[in-house]
Amino acid sequence: MSPSVPLQEMIRAIRSARTQCEERGVIQRECAAIRAQFRQADNGGRSHNLAKLLYVHMLGYPAHFGQMECVRMIASPRYSEKRVGYLGAMMLLDEKQDASLLITNSIKNDLSHSNQYVQSLALCTLACMGSAEMCRDLAPEIDRLLRASNSYIKKKAALCAVHIVRKVHDLGELFVPAARSLLAEKNHGVLHGAVVLIIELCERNPETLERFRKTVPDLVQIMKGLVLSGYSPEHDVRILRLLRILGRNNEGASDAMNDLLAQVATNTDSTKTVGNAVLYETVLTVLDIKSESGLRVLAVNILGRFLLNNDRNIRYIAMTSLQKIVGTDHNAVQRHRGTIVDCLKDQDASVKRRALELSLALVSASNIRSMMKELLLFLSSCPAELKAHAASGIFNAAERYAPSQRWHIDTILHVLTTAGGDVRDETVPNLIQLITNASELHCYTVHKLYRALLTDISQQSLVQVACWCIGEYGDLLLRGECQETEAVQVTEDDVLDALETVLQSHMSSPATRGFALTATMKLSTRITDNVDRIRSIVSIYGSCIDVELQQRAVEYNALFKKYDHMRAAVLERMPVIEKNSSGHTNGETTGEAIKDIQPAKVKQGELLLPPQPANQGFLICIGRLAPTVPVYEKDGVTLTLSCEKQSDTGLTVTLTASNSTESDISSFTLQAAVPKSVQLHMKAPSGDSLPARGTAKVTQMVVLNNPNKVSLKMRVRISYTSQGSAFQDTVQIDSFPGLDAAGQ
Amino acid sequence: MQFMLLFSRQGKLRLQKWYVPLSDREKKKITRELVQTVLARKPKMCSFLEWRDLKIVYKRYASLYFCCAIEDQDNELITLEIIHRYVELLDKYFGSVCELDIIFNFEKAYFILDEFLLGGEAQETSKKNVLKAIEQADLLQENLDFQMRLFAGRQRSRDATQRAGGNRPDINTVHSIIIIHVPHTHILHLPAAVRSR
Repeated sequence: MSPSVPLQEMIRAIRSARTQCEERGVIQRECAAIRAQFRQADNGGRSHNLAKLLYVHMLGYPAHFGQMECVRMIASPRYSEKRVGYLGAMMLLDEKQDASLLITNSIKNDLSHSNQYVQSLALCTLACMGSAEMCRDLAPEIDRLLRASNSYIKKKAALCAVHIVRKVHDLGELFVPAARSLLAEKNHGVLHGAVVLIIELCERNPETLERFRKTVPDLVQIMKGLVLSGYSPEHDVRILRLLRILGRNNEGASDAMNDLLAQVATNTDSTKTVGNAVLYETVLTVLDIKSESGLRVLAVNILGRFLLNNDRNIRYIAMTSLQKIVGTDHNAVQRHRGTIVDCLKDQDASVKRRALELSLALVSASNIRSMMKELLLFLSSCPAELKAHAASGIFNAAERYAPSQRWHIDTILHVLTTAGGDVRDETVPNLIQLITNASELHCYTVHKLYRALLTDISQQSLVQVACWCIGEYGDLLLRGECQETEAVQVTEDDVLDALETVLQSHMSSPATRGFALTATMKLSTRITDNVDRIRSIVSIYGSCIDVELQQRAVEYNALFKKYDHMRAAVLERMPVIEKNSSGHTNGETTGEAIKDIQPAKVKQGELLLPPQPANQGFLICIGRLAPTVPVYEKDGVTLTLSCEKQSDTGLTVTLTASNSTESDISSFTLQAAVPKSVQLHMKAPSGDSLPARGTAKVTQMVVLNNPNKVSLKMRVRISYTSQGSAFQDTVQIDSFPGLDAAGQ
Repeated sequence: MQFMLLFSRQGKLRLQKWYVPLSDREKKKITRELVQTVLARKPKMCSFLEWRDLKIVYKRYASLYFCCAIEDQDNELITLEIIHRYVELLDKYFGSVCELDIIFNFEKAYFILDEFLLGGEAQETSKKNVLKAIEQADLLQENLDFQMRLFAGRQRSRDATQRAGGNRPDINTVHSIIIIHVPHTHILHLPAAVRSR
């Protein structure tokens, strides 16, 4: 039997191990010794061994073999062993382990132990890792302790009850009377525990909330007492939180609190963190309940003061709170706009993020110019993770409050030059649409874009827009003069050089290259001298590896050769693009208009449109007249299908079979199979014989339920007997009339 | 509070207290990620950060980072206070606490934490009361230990004189001797204002 090494020796040995391997060796030896000790009968060093094991566990090594030892030690009569045993239970056992149930009985016994420290150990463990079953078993015990014990235990029992309520919501009812009576206690600890318990009960159950509303005057009294003594901030904060919950949406309760809140707000010393914590909670409370406007102004002013505080934490908190109320008290927050904008320049990433969100919320028509200047400055120096958010925020703000189109275009260009890589994809078409709308600014825009293109071709969105504009308005560029910017002489060669650089640069994405190629082509009608150069550029790309480019180049080549007479017409200026007209909207007319539309709307046998990349084309299912589609036709047997949508996920499909041969068909059956998540129910068919020459038909209804909205397909097996021989065939149905392309 | 972690500047875990049920693997993963995130922060930065869907409040005392994860509706400033209060308790108990104290007496650190926080909430607002309770519990433990050593088999304590306050036998004295040989490389410097509170 190896002598048990004292805990501190072992710790020292582990720490002095120079390599990971050495450390593991030490630990393995120790664990082996510990395991041997555990297997032996009761000896004096059990608690030390378990402590050693817990240390090893904290370093990250497996320690599950200590679980049973914990259980045994908890049951031991010795306090030292109990203490370490419970600590082990909290560290090694959690509610997912089976062994945790074994300690329920020990905890139960210890809860009624004569020594209060043993009771407290049990309460602590239950509150830390008690599972739902344990809580249910022991809840009556806790309730008993809440009523009749000393204050030391009462306060612990209250917090333990909080844990129980969190785990098993129904048990909240059990603790309500005890909680109410605890409010009358004088002991601060017990009071604190009681308040936490009441908060938990009120948050879970609105009825309890109603009952506790009556205690608001008592709470106000207690709070007044605390404020005067200035004693314990956690206490104040808790009571304020409870008041907040009780006062929410309730005029009467809120009125009762007004005086108190005003008193706390004015009298609290804000030089220390504790004071600020209490003020913060007060502000949150004021803003949450139905307080009078004077009090709200006071609260916002406190937040304003926080914003000027040197401590970064306080500023962060202030901005978080202001964010919550910027919707409702917009004007009050506007007053502090200057400070918030200053915080954009702070070093700290969290503070910057808050300042950005708040600034974006504060942008309005009156301050758009100055705010945008600040935001653009921020964009050029902000950390990478905030760039996308900032860019999209700026776009939204610009769209809503742009004072002039020129300003709008300038702003977007600025954003593209600084953060082009982080903007969303639809920015490019949006911007193009904006530019076409501002017809008097075409000259100015194309000059600016050309200059931007010369400086930097790495920002894809910018390059795409620039290429498009140069292609469209190249003639304006070449004319050289423009009222809005200084004149610059641009020759055709310069322009073509720029476009060629874009085409050949390895930084350009395929989409960008496409833009550049099309632009080059468009220029062929706008310029006079270098058409041959363009022709040669275009023909080079006729053998490009990229399929898209190749296709375009070949088409343009054809345009040069065979369709030269059409070139001017094809490449002329594009019309102004209407907003939101992008994408296909087949059958866009509203549902009401279609309700009783003629069947001519839907041609027989017309298949659905293939899905569009941007918008799906919807064929609205017509209620009364369901279109029928032939799905199978062979050997004279025809099967047609029609379907009707019953609900969001339900569908009824009707299969109709007819026989156009000269002989009768008997034993006609249909079987159907659908994808796994779709439910299928086949009703009884109308019959199973098809007389010759289509004199009568057989109908089969199939009810489908598609809860997961998967793409609907159905395989139908047809089997019948004709002229004595059996036939069988299968047909797959991929598209259903009356549903959109996705099969919903 | 959902959990509290104490770790050194090298990322070694010194104390972990979890108030939510999670598997061992999840705990390790969360610890690893959080330690990396917090250690990457620069010195003057804000003490609060948002991580996953939790609010993290952390503070550095000498070489140890004290890190708590709280829920959305909890007050961050009060959590900072709680962390500070815990450090003060440790300081009072160990007498000028340093990281080595917490390493070598980790179970005591846990006991103090359990006396101060229960189920993630602060249970006692007065430092004095917490320390008194710890002292009593320690005495109880040593009482019984001492009795076991001297009078094997007999459980009941006969000796009231043993309860004379102050000198804790054996363990403490050994402790201080050992400490002299080990250089104090990490001392928690608490600002002077703290001690006088």
